[in-house]
Parts: sequence; structure tokens; C-alpha cells
Amino acid sequence: MPEPVSEQTISVEINGETYEQEVEARKLLVHFIRDVVDLTGTHVGCDTGNCGACTVLMDGKTIKSCMLLAIQADGATITTVEGLAAGGELTPLQRAFSASHALQCGYCTPGMLLSAAYLLEQNPHPSEEEIRRGIQGNICRCTGYVNIVEAIKSVAEGGGA
Amino acid sequence: MLLREVEYARPETIDEAVRLLSSREDARALAGGQSLVNVMKIRVAAPELVVDLNRIEELRGISAAADGSLVLGAMVTYDELIRSDAVRAARPILGEVALTIADVQVRNRGTVGGNLCVNDPTNHLPPLMATTGATMTIRSLEAERTVSSDEFFLGVYLTAVTPGEMLTRVTVPALAPGESDGWASVTLGKDGTGIVNVAATVAAGQARIAIGCVSAVPVVVEAEADEVSVRKAVADADLDPPSDVHASADFRRHLAQVLAWRAVGQALERTGA
Ligand SMILES: Cc1cc2nc3c(=O)[nH]c(=O)nc-3n(C[C@H](O)[C@H](O)[C@H](O)COP(=O)(O)OP(=O)(O)OC[C@H]3O[C@@H](n4cnc5c(N)ncnc54)[C@H](O)[C@@H]3O)c2cc1C
Ligand code: FES
Ligand code: FES
Repeated sequence: MPEPVSEQTISVEINGETYEQEVEARKLLVHFIRDVVDLTGTHVGCDTGNCGACTVLMDGKTIKSCMLLAIQADGATITTVEGLAAGGELTPLQRAFSASHALQCGYCTPGMLLSAAYLLEQNPHPSEEEIRRGIQGNICRCTGYVNIVEAIKSVAEGGGA
Repeated sequence: MLLREVEYARPETIDEAVRLLSSREDARALAGGQSLVNVMKIRVAAPELVVDLNRIEELRGISAAADGSLVLGAMVTYDELIRSDAVRAARPILGEVALTIADVQVRNRGTVGGNLCVNDPTNHLPPLMATTGATMTIRSLEAERTVSSDEFFLGVYLTAVTPGEMLTRVTVPALAPGESDGWASVTLGKDGTGIVNVAATVAAGQARIAIGCVSAVPVVVEAEADEVSVRKAVADADLDPPSDVHASADFRRHLAQVLAWRAVGQALERTGA
């Protein structure tokens, strides 16, 4: 039977790099990503699981990283917003967000991009309704969503996220 | 937010998990974490030990029993329910309703077992367990038992799963010939929290209805499957729902009648009756 631990060394692959770190059991994944790994693109908005600012991809699926303990991510593969533009070149989705003015303050944008990337990976040609449902877990207080939906649509039509 | 200090264990078998859960007064199972981690943040829950169920293979997967019933491991996620061909064939309502829970990220993590064990009165799955005739299998250190939904849901955030025990699987009978399910709900925004949720199952002109959000546990009523009988049965149930900023008790009582008939109506459409 595994012994209960209050801290443990975990190994997590984030954006292609492996991090081995001791973490307290109570540390949330979002804090591990921001404060330990120092990738601050992943935001904390509500801290209650509602806003989606903390969204990351874990083992290929979007999750809200404020509702997972970092220790649970031991062995996982994670992509944060910093991992999208690998090599410094923006993805078509990121370029579309820029071209369509799909952000204002940008607070929601990292989570929004990951939800949109996941949506397009699952469903390369979503309808507007499917796009709206796909980003339902990401709240934006600035844009009114119209330009975000436009940006995603333009990539879906243009092919390839 | 900083959680209170907590210990963590990651068992790989059900046996190990119940031993861990029984090892401390205040040990809690951690499933999808979509409720538990949040209540730990605000310290409504501050367990000494969390027992992470996520790496227990035996709790995963959807299979069919010999009689065609669906057997859902406690750790089956909403996303897995939605994608499952077996669910679509045997009891499609489960996937249809799961698709309206919260949002993509919550559906990627939230589990059948967690949804039932937390028994939040607004949760989507408890009423469905009542109408479909599902049974819940609970393991303790010494024994295993299987209970029906009226034995399982006991109060707000309270179920038949006692400290040291865990829910291992849920068995949902396949739709019988001529039987069909419906669902109707008024929510806070699209796919939001339910103000009133209603599940219904209709067979041979008889409806079994379970109403969520109006009491600590799903309220079950039976009626003939026509509008007058359904509305009367719900009225006769003397519901005593809560009042809050979203709806008064009176409005919830009204919605319960309207939605009960909508859910039954949806089920009837599907039988072609
Ligand atoms: C923004 C947001 C909106 C939501 N909206 C809805 C909604 O509209 N409808 C809805 O139904 N849900 C909603 N939820 C809740 C969500 O469905 C949760 O996933 C669910 O309530 C709990 O499931 P979980 O797997 O996340 O369990 P956890 O949060 O991990 O656990 C919940 C509780 O159940 C216990 N538990 C879990 N599994 C077991 C087991 N196998 N045996 C014994 N005990 C167990 C835990 O100890 C804990 O006390 C929402 C959540 C969020 C964050
Ligand atoms: S910070 Fe995680 S959902 Fe808002
Ligand atoms: S751009 Fe400001 S919250 Fe979305």
C-alpha cells in the first residue's frame, strides 16, 4: 500500500521540457506552473473553477489547473500557452486572434487559446454553435466573444490550428 | 489559493484505496476534483488525507453486464460517457445529459462517482439514477453492497457511502423495449447550474419522474404519462424547494410541474407514442 506523503518529488513534462521538483501535496498545479516553473502565461482568475484562465492541456485534454493538485500531475505531459508557439513562431490560431482583435486585456487569452486549440484538434470544422460551446469554460470580460469566435472560425475555415 | 496542509496517497487498486480511506478518521477520496478541490480551497473541507482514485484501473471503463446493463466504473468521466458507443446504445440519456454539465474542461475531469457521491442537489446525475433504476456498488474494508438510488442519496452532500468506504461502480439497466428517457431543465445560462432539473422514464404509459434542485435528494413521483396526471402528481408531492436569488420557492414549484411534463413529453416522443 502506498504511504501517504505530504510532499513528493514529481516529474512533469511541460512544453517539451521535463521538470523534477519536490512539491507539497497541497500545492495546486496552477501554482506549480506559475511559481515553481515560472511560466506565468497560465493565469489565475477566479480560483473557483469557473473562469478557465488557468486552462492547460494535460495528456492532450484541457483541464483547469486550479482544480488539480500538482502532485497528481506526476508523470503527465502538459502544454501551456508558452508551448503553443514552439520555436517562437505563432500558430495560425494565435495569428488569427491577433488579426481578429480577439483580445483586449489578454487575461483570458492563454486559456482561451488552449480551449480553442483543443476544440479544433477534436473537431477541425466546428459550427459557430460548436465553437461557442467549445469555449464555454473560458470567461472573457472584455471582448464580448464575437471576435474570439471569428478568430477561431477563420482558422477552422483556413484549415489547421 | 493555499490549501490547508494535507497528505496524499495514490493507490492502484480498490483494496489499497479502501485501506487508505479506513486508515484515518478524516480521509477523503479524490476523483475529478471538480468539487472537492474547490471546497478544500475555501476550507469547507480540510481532510487530513486525500486518496487519489485516478490511477485505479479497476474504477475505469464502461462495460456491459450479462443482462445488457451498463456498468460504469466510478472514475468514468463525463467526457467518456458522452463518447461511449455502449452508452449510446443502452441508455443514451446519460451521454446527452452529461454533455450539458458545465463546460469542456469540467467534463474532461469530472466523474460519475464524484457527481453521485457529492450529491449536490443541483447535480445532473442523481435524478437520472432514480429514473433509470441504477444501482450503486459500495466497497468497505470487509464487504461490498449494492444499493438503489433511494437508499443511496440520503441528504445534501450525504450518501450511503460512509467514511472508510467508496463507490466502485454504477449499474444502469439498458432501456427495455418500449421504454424511453427524457430530461428537462431550466439552468442559469446555457449549460449552467440547474434551477430545476427533471429526469423521466416512460414505459407502458407510466412515467417515473425524478426532480432535482428542489430537495436534499431527488424527489421521485410516479404518474400516468399524460400532462394532467404528471402535473397533478408533482403538485401532490408538496415540494418544499429553497428560495434564492435565482428563483423563489413558488417559481421552483411551478418549474417542477412544467419541466416534469416536458421531460415526460420528450420520453414519449422517443417511444413514438
Ligand atoms: C464551474 C463548475 C460548474 C459545475 N456545474 C455542474 C453542474 O451544472 N451540474 C453538475 O452535475 N455538476 C457540476 N459541477 C460539479 C462537477 O460535476 C463535479 O465534477 C462533481 O460534482 C464531482 O465530481 P468529481 O469527479 O469532480 O469529484 P470530486 O470533486 O473529486 O469529489 C467529490 C466528492 O465525492 C467524493 N467521492 C468522489 N468519488 C468517490 C468515490 N468513488 N467513492 C467515494 N467518494 C467519492 C469525494 O471524496 C468528494 O467528497 C460543476 C463544477 C464546476 C467546477
Ligand atoms: S482560475 Fe481556474 S477556473 Fe478560474
Ligand atoms: S480579453 Fe480581457 S478578459 Fe478576455
